[in-house]
Amino acid sequence: MRREMLFLTGGVLLVVVAAGLAAAPRGARAADEPRVVAITARRFEFSPREITLKQGETVKLQLTTEDVTHGFFLRPLGIDAEIVPGQTTEVVVTPRAAGRYTTICDHFCGAGHGGMKMTIVVE
Amino acid sequence: MDRRRFLRISGVSLGVGALYTVAPALAGGAEGAETARRLGRGNGERPEPFTFFQLSDTHVGFDGPIGTTAFERAVELVNGLGTSPDLVLFTGDLTHDTEAPGEHANRMRRFQQIAGRLKAGKVYHVPGEHDAGLDGGELYRNVFGPTSYSFEHKGVHFIALDNVSRARPEVGAEQTAWLAKDLARFPRTAPIVVFTHRPLFDLRPDWEWFTSDGDEVMGLLAPFENVTVLYGHIHREHEHQIGHARMYAARSLCFAFPDPETTPEKKAIAFDREQPFKNLGIRQASLTPGRRPEASTIGVKEVELVMNEFSGTEGFNQLLKMPTL
Repeated sequence: MRREMLFLTGGVLLVVVAAGLAAAPRGARAADEPRVVAITARRFEFSPREITLKQGETVKLQLTTEDVTHGFFLRPLGIDAEIVPGQTTEVVVTPRAAGRYTTICDHFCGAGHGGMKMTIVVE
Repeated sequence: MDRRRFLRISGVSLGVGALYTVAPALAGGAEGAETARRLGRGNGERPEPFTFFQLSDTHVGFDGPIGTTAFERAVELVNGLGTSPDLVLFTGDLTHDTEAPGEHANRMRRFQQIAGRLKAGKVYHVPGEHDAGLDGGELYRNVFGPTSYSFEHKGVHFIALDNVSRARPEVGAEQTAWLAKDLARFPRTAPIVVFTHRPLFDLRPDWEWFTSDGDEVMGLLAPFENVTVLYGHIHREHEHQIGHARMYAARSLCFAFPDPETTPEKKAIAFDREQPFKNLGIRQASLTPGRRPEASTIGVKEVELVMNEFSGTEGFNQLLKMPTL
């Protein structure tokens, strides 16, 4: 897996991640906008606590925080992003391998930080 | 024996921390003489045997049933060994974080009061995320000093590495550049001890048991033939090897985490009021010197403690309510 792009535009941080052995589809038509999944972070939880993605489906995760800076980290899918107050962080991911993946906040945010996590299910 | 090895560093867990014995293995020869000269350039010391302790994750202020009891017991055990260790290294999470005004400083002072009882030559620290993760290490630096630094002691180069105060599990480019410059002063035979808080490798990333740029650090250490890395954070014993580098985690002095190989969830091991120090592994060690340093043996025995003060379920429930860190 590898991170393909990282840039900041108009308060939106976009991270494109190709997970698994193959990169995200490059020939997708403009009309084929990826499904958007919104995830909100607050001390010390993510909402929703679980999302389900499909193998090979490119999805755009839109991450925001209601309070302080949080992290959004999932090694198997190559996700390593920061969620900064006042900004929307976008992570585009195409999961290749099915499984249940625990995604954690890896930006220390207080006493309950160690339990701040959510599950990404790939079917 | 590998003739390129200059000093032999062996470690043994005492439960309360880890005791390390450093013994010269090759002080002769031109290469050994040059290594000794460089290591002693700053303080004039020659390589010679010494011992040091690693203590970790005391979490002073954590609202659990143990409080500072295990920490204070560990200090008593270190002081009761008969021979004072030259050094005691604390590998982070000295205190538990709090956002109550002034309270975190109080906890750091409480830590210093207890650690101040140690009968040791010198005491060194690195921060954990609970010490320095919320304010970028500002309070920690005011109380304890720099979060990363290096020094020599009797022929060993010690490096304190900070992988917490950037809030994320990382060392950062600035500190990595400093490390490269620091290491460039020494030949590849120099014995090096790195002490830090988080593991410098992917031990269990989804439990935040990793350092994102740990590979870069280990790459800088790779040319060196005698590297020991000490860390905490995981609240359990663990050993790992990358190239020449041997890595050891010390147990916590507050509460324990389970084996990640057999446990899906990161939850603290429940407090057992019948065995309050279980999994914190309070054990006592006795060192029996051999004819040669490498022939020395360390005996370990369990220590019985009075448990009356832990009666009731209040403390037990506190741990159950706060299962993760």
